Amino acid sequence: MAEDIVISVEGLMTRFGPQVIHQNLDLHVRRGEIIGVVGGSGTGKSVLMKEIIGLLRPAAGNIKVLGEDPYTNDTRRAEALRQRWGVLFQEGALFSAQSVAQNILMPMREFTNLSIPLRRDLAALKLALVGLPTEAADKRPSQLSGGMKKRVGLARALALDPEIVFLDEPTAGLDPISANAFDELILSLRDSLGLTVVMITHDLDTLTAICDRIAVLVDKRVTVGTLAELRENGHPWIREYFGGPRGRAVMAHQAAGEV
Amino acid sequence: MSAKAEKWMDTGTGGAGAVWQPLGAWLVGNANAIDLYLKRLPKPSAPVHLDLGQIEHLDTAGAMLLWQLYDRLHGEGMAADFVNVPEHMKTLLSAVGVVRDKTMPKPQRMNPFYMRLMVLGQATIAFWEDTVCFLSFLGLITVTLWRNTVQPWRLRYCSTVHHIEETGLKALPIVGLLSFLIGIVISYQGAEQLRQFGADLYVVNLLGVSMLREIGVLMTAIIIAGRSGSAFTAQIGTMQVNQEIDALRTLGLEPAELLVVPRVIALTIALPLLALYANIMGLLGGAFMCWASLDIGPGAFMRQLQEAIDLWTLWVGLIKAPVFAFVIAVVGCYQGFRVTGSAESVGQLTTRAVVHSIFLVIVLDAAFSILFAWLGI
Repeated sequence: MAEDIVISVEGLMTRFGPQVIHQNLDLHVRRGEIIGVVGGSGTGKSVLMKEIIGLLRPAAGNIKVLGEDPYTNDTRRAEALRQRWGVLFQEGALFSAQSVAQNILMPMREFTNLSIPLRRDLAALKLALVGLPTEAADKRPSQLSGGMKKRVGLARALALDPEIVFLDEPTAGLDPISANAFDELILSLRDSLGLTVVMITHDLDTLTAICDRIAVLVDKRVTVGTLAELRENGHPWIREYFGGPRGRAVMAHQAAGEV
Repeated sequence: MSAKAEKWMDTGTGGAGAVWQPLGAWLVGNANAIDLYLKRLPKPSAPVHLDLGQIEHLDTAGAMLLWQLYDRLHGEGMAADFVNVPEHMKTLLSAVGVVRDKTMPKPQRMNPFYMRLMVLGQATIAFWEDTVCFLSFLGLITVTLWRNTVQPWRLRYCSTVHHIEETGLKALPIVGLLSFLIGIVISYQGAEQLRQFGADLYVVNLLGVSMLREIGVLMTAIIIAGRSGSAFTAQIGTMQVNQEIDALRTLGLEPAELLVVPRVIALTIALPLLALYANIMGLLGGAFMCWASLDIGPGAFMRQLQEAIDLWTLWVGLIKAPVFAFVIAVVGCYQGFRVTGSAESVGQLTTRAVVHSIFLVIVLDAAFSILFAWLGI
């Protein structure tokens, strides 16, 4: 194989009762890339992510993450696989009964034999890597702003140095400055930690700024391509998405920046 | 782990000073072993070059350990630097290096005596504030209830009827079943004791008086506190978390009038009816037990019951029901409004609502007993 494929989805079918969400969907994610997943409401972006991370068994199809089947009955292997990825949910999904530090320490406490001082050092490092002040460590999730919650969620997702991180709308609900900072953060973490990033997003700025490729969910399947390729795509929804007023504004801005 | 992997560092000497070569996979899974290994390393006698050429894998934990070693060597007054860093590890190493001086804030240690004192003080203040808040909430509800009495068209009839169904009608099976069982238990246990005096028949008096005066209404109130009081807190609390309460206020609607008054009125209507139903089911349970195992037939049971109780026995019990209902509903709603932010506090306050309302119900029951004794009923 020419490229190193870390996630492969083949012939995926998702069905809720009579309603078919995905049909014969194929998706391949390469190691070290940042791939953005876009699509209209109800096209099953979050569902696709849940299926890849083993939370929702698809009706049919083949999913392999890092060469392993997330739905294997071998619980040891499934558990080992789950430690090789990290997930940031839309609202952070922090454990509300625990402090920020405890949230980040949780995966380390459960899955490593690190000594307590080492664990605390590593947690402090992760907090710093996602750009949070260490004073935030003793706060409760309910005392944090939306952007900080997402950073803590990312720090928890990165706690065990995963190979893949899944991000569900990481910049939704953030102000443009925080959103930019978050984009920068993801980009720098990808470069320094060698992560593969799968990101559901509607933020056109994010898509243009940091995504290597974009997967568009239309007609129950995905169309994958770089931004330039997708702009040439003739599908009406894709043309509307990238050619609409917002899309044009971002492209124009980017073009001006590149000159 | 193989013998080779146990060695995490190759310490040798090069041209200018010592050359230390980290070996193997410096990953989070091995971090503890590496840390222990590094702590046992002897102090170098010459400046150390950390040669990363032989390292297989590196992640943030490994990078942190490298920097900790680097800082330790510098702390010991020995120069150290990284040499031969592979291209793909450079960014990681420098990214970790930039933020490595961050440490967790030390947990605050406090004199245990002061700690206890502080907790006591906080609890006292919290109790006082809670009491004041509850009283003002009670005042708000009283005022709103009064306004709804003089302006009855403002009352939300639809919502009230809905809550009567939810708290009253739908509670019939559980209240009925539990009262029936309690009736059985009382008559059986009572008969065991009374048989020693040959006074089997008086089990009917025992059952009738205790069921009607106390147990029927008290049991119902406790069941409803657990069932509906908690539901009120959870409903209003969830609305609070979703900012629905704020939305109501900004629309110019009064949450007390919209949410609390219908619940209070509904429960005040439903609970006495449920208590009456519980009384009947309890007596039926007792009658069933008398007939099945004590040879007191339904006719004898009825005759004895008529002698044992009068209408006042029933009223003494039922009079308490609306008061209990009011307390349960107001406490439930009050705790719901105290929910802040997180979903976690909904759970906490729901528990508190049940505990407080059962506590208040029993305290009030005791107060009623004293009152009735004083009045000679």
